[in-house]
Amino acid sequence: MSDLHYLSPRTLDEAIKAFSDAGETARILAGGTDLLVQMRAGTVRPGTIIDIKKIGEMTDIEEAPDGSFVVGAAVSGAVLAEHPRFGAVWPGVLEAVNLIGSTQIQGRASAGGNLCNASPAGDSVPALVAAGATVTVAGPNGRRQLPVEAVPAGPGRTNLARGEIVVGFRFPPRPPGSSDAYLRMIPRTEMDIAVVGCGVSLTLRDGICTAARVALGAVAPTVLLVEAAGKALTGSKLDDAAVDAAAAACRAVCRPIDDKRGTIEYRTKIAGVLLKRAVRIAADRVRGA
Amino acid sequence: MAKLQVSTTINGEPVEFLCSPGETMLDALRGPLGLTGSKEGCGSGDCGACTITLDGRLVCSCLVLAAEAEGRQIGTIEGMAKGGHLHPLQTKFLEMAALQCGICTPGVLMAARALLERNPDPTEEEVRFWLAGNLCRCTGYDKIVRAVLETAAELREAAQ
Repeated sequence: MSDLHYLSPRTLDEAIKAFSDAGETARILAGGTDLLVQMRAGTVRPGTIIDIKKIGEMTDIEEAPDGSFVVGAAVSGAVLAEHPRFGAVWPGVLEAVNLIGSTQIQGRASAGGNLCNASPAGDSVPALVAAGATVTVAGPNGRRQLPVEAVPAGPGRTNLARGEIVVGFRFPPRPPGSSDAYLRMIPRTEMDIAVVGCGVSLTLRDGICTAARVALGAVAPTVLLVEAAGKALTGSKLDDAAVDAAAAACRAVCRPIDDKRGTIEYRTKIAGVLLKRAVRIAADRVRGA
Repeated sequence: MAKLQVSTTINGEPVEFLCSPGETMLDALRGPLGLTGSKEGCGSGDCGACTITLDGRLVCSCLVLAAEAEGRQIGTIEGMAKGGHLHPLQTKFLEMAALQCGICTPGVLMAARALLERNPDPTEEEVRFWLAGNLCRCTGYDKIVRAVLETAAELREAAQ
């Protein structure tokens, strides 16, 4: 720890240069709710910490005239919840982000950090995938955009190239009649890691589901986009047959671990149960809006 | 490694201090700054005994680097009583014996104050969820929750 450096660049270009120059032992600091725990446990020993929170783009929330949102990678859950519009348009994403840890953790933890920590059980990730959010990353070779589901590579690993930093998320404009929901199963009522997480985003027109995306967490090495479940819902009135088919599609893609939190059989069954409930909540939100 | 110089504001007072790059805000508060009201329970953001406010938002000071305090507003338990007068939550915690060993109490009080500032009329469930990040191994929480609800009721009455 004696040779640790702390940098807090004010521009993205400075951050990218510092991150490249510092080499493999550099770590990005957003909310620090994973990094500082890992440092204390001795599992990560950074040579350089690059605090990105003085970079405006990392901490801003912007709603464009077309209704799309851009949310900086380091925006904390508390700040996202205080935004006057975000939670009205993306209630499922907000509830997923706000499920990360306690009130105190919400003061710091960000969706960008949750994604880069790459836990298969990260709560915000299935909701971001269901939302069809894209990630902007910046590195020595410039900027690129990729779907959220393309970022996780496995537990604790991402597909980001060396030197790349997640800058923020873009949420597409919402057609009328759209909403989303996120549910997770935990054995307690608060402060626990998901046994299964399920995000659903859908659009209804005249009672017919015209678009649906479904994502599952904690049932595979990475969060999964379940395209077959979205297809099963699309074109239906969200009747029992369609929702059952979507639940079956969810169960079919599960490749969970077997551990003290839940057996393979249990996690697989719960994936279908959460799908059904999340569809119902998202649809009720559309009808209530 | 050279120490970093940090200029910050703690409980409304401008403060300058030196820290190592890996030092946490909790270590800086309890060490060079001599503010030992914030406690270290777990050191990993689970227990809330080190709860402070950073620019008005609750955080665990064990998960904040001291260097991050540069240019920001820090609030600690030492700033809760004003001019020798306890905050109503502090008075009520004493009256209703909402503490036993006291290690969790500074964090609980900081979190409870932040709740009542945002929501003057919380339900019991809202109090319990808001305080879920403040672990207490003595009281069983019941007296804490009742003291927060009672304080909220009295503050509402006083505001009328």
